[in-house]
Amino acid sequence: MKILVPVKRVVDAYVNVRVKSDNSGVETDNVKKSLNPFCEIAVEEAIRIKEKGLADEVVVVTIGDKDCEATLRSALAIGADRAIHIVSDDELRPLAIAKVLAKVVEKEAPKLVITGKQSIDADNNQTGQMLSALLGWPQGTFASKVELDGDAAALTREIDGGLETLSLSLPAVVTSDLRLNEPRYPKLPNIMKAKKKPLEAIDLAEMGVETSSGLSVLRVEAPAEREAGIKVADVQELIEKLKNEARVI
Amino acid sequence: MSVLVIAEHNNEALNDSVLNAVTAAAQLGDVTILVAGSGSQVVADAAAQVAGVSKVLHADAAHYENGIAEELTPLVVATAADYDYVVTAATTYGKNLLPRVAALLDVSQISDVTAIESADTFVHPIYAGNALEVVQSSDAKKLLTIRTTAFEAADTLGGSATVEALAATDASGAVSLVGRDLTTSDRPELASADVIVSGGRGVGSSENFAIIEALADKLGAAVGASRAAVDAGFVPNDYQVGQTGKVVAPGLYIAVGISGAIQHLAGMKDSKVIVAINKDEDAPIFQVADYGLVADLFDAVPAMTEAL
Repeated sequence: MKILVPVKRVVDAYVNVRVKSDNSGVETDNVKKSLNPFCEIAVEEAIRIKEKGLADEVVVVTIGDKDCEATLRSALAIGADRAIHIVSDDELRPLAIAKVLAKVVEKEAPKLVITGKQSIDADNNQTGQMLSALLGWPQGTFASKVELDGDAAALTREIDGGLETLSLSLPAVVTSDLRLNEPRYPKLPNIMKAKKKPLEAIDLAEMGVETSSGLSVLRVEAPAEREAGIKVADVQELIEKLKNEARVI
Repeated sequence: MSVLVIAEHNNEALNDSVLNAVTAAAQLGDVTILVAGSGSQVVADAAAQVAGVSKVLHADAAHYENGIAEELTPLVVATAADYDYVVTAATTYGKNLLPRVAALLDVSQISDVTAIESADTFVHPIYAGNALEVVQSSDAKKLLTIRTTAFEAADTLGGSATVEALAATDASGAVSLVGRDLTTSDRPELASADVIVSGGRGVGSSENFAIIEALADKLGAAVGASRAAVDAGFVPNDYQVGQTGKVVAPGLYIAVGISGAIQHLAGMKDSKVIVAINKDEDAPIFQVADYGLVADLFDAVPAMTEAL
């Protein structure tokens, strides 16, 4: 069985992003970029399934500019076998990404797709569900546990009220939540090995997918800044302020 | 303009988030609520009474019982034909369902809308709320999930909508519910509570969370947590406040032993009043707190509970 893992290169989680002064977007030049944390968890999960002997190949795929090759290499260093880079300088919206991924699925014929539940830049939380719908496959979103059993998967999801377990028939799309696993740190020999693993680059135009979007960004704004307040000396002062100044208790 | 609001419910009652979605929808046009469930007449009747709703569409079938996205999607796609907007709250239910609908309608979805600027222009946060993107949609149908904290809840009474039965779409059967492990609590819902007491890594253990709960109970508050506290197993996942957990905006948010990573701030920085209790005076949480108390939480929190 083959597992396909779509991944995204994003501004690193520890970077404090700034809105550009012309309000055209956020400053992404010269800031550290990383594999999206949820995608990293997805890669780790695919590799664990392979290590259990339930899959024989893990293929990672991304859509983006030439710098995304580094992100694919880091997924290969975690343990993926092969990478596909759909090269494009355009920033695609989730629907376009899902359409491109559906083409990749058509060609690669994986039995399972695992991807992150959201990217920490756009925060859309859409791509996995859209891909699943386009393929007509079941989806298991926000997964905190995946157990494969032949042509079915038992999947535990993090929902607002707690946890929910679903039984899905395969093929299916799974999106990872934070507690699905704790990704390993790639070891140096694996980082070296990753440089030699196969990476196929395909120009987006060759995919024959309409990628325009009905959405256009008018502007990007910084949110209202919250001012730091005061420090209180002790619990008595805190309660007094909450009662008489803020009037919230 | 006509707006279809997809209602989350448990076949017994509407989820509170539907009321916020109705308020957002009413800014766009005439509001219809879609209730799809099993044995859910009582929910449809309740939806008809929500202020500002003009019609309720009710589809009742066994395969709609558990809110499975694969079963609901064909119904929503078919129903959406008559509407200009499809709106749902950005709960795990809405986030799971609406992108499927969008893909099959071949339109974009705008996630987590916090403001409606005009009929085609919407504001939503990106980068954990560190930027707000203003997007204009030229799609014929506009699909939005709305952030509940950004829109007031509509009144549960005052409406007198008609309820129309809707034929069910075919069952898919590709997904079945095995079970749910839901947190039960007498405390208010985290998503809509007026007061929240949240604990972080500093609380140290599941047992120690009792001091957070004691303060919450004294205040009639909900209990929340940072990702670190959930990852460490102190509390269940549904307590998590943050970029990828719940977004809250209570009147009072008390952060205890929480350092204040940007991912956590993304989930609570719109609270009216923020209190931080942390022994590390350099903790970033103090930069957003109205009242900061540098103290050992194991002294301060019980003392506060005692003094209230």
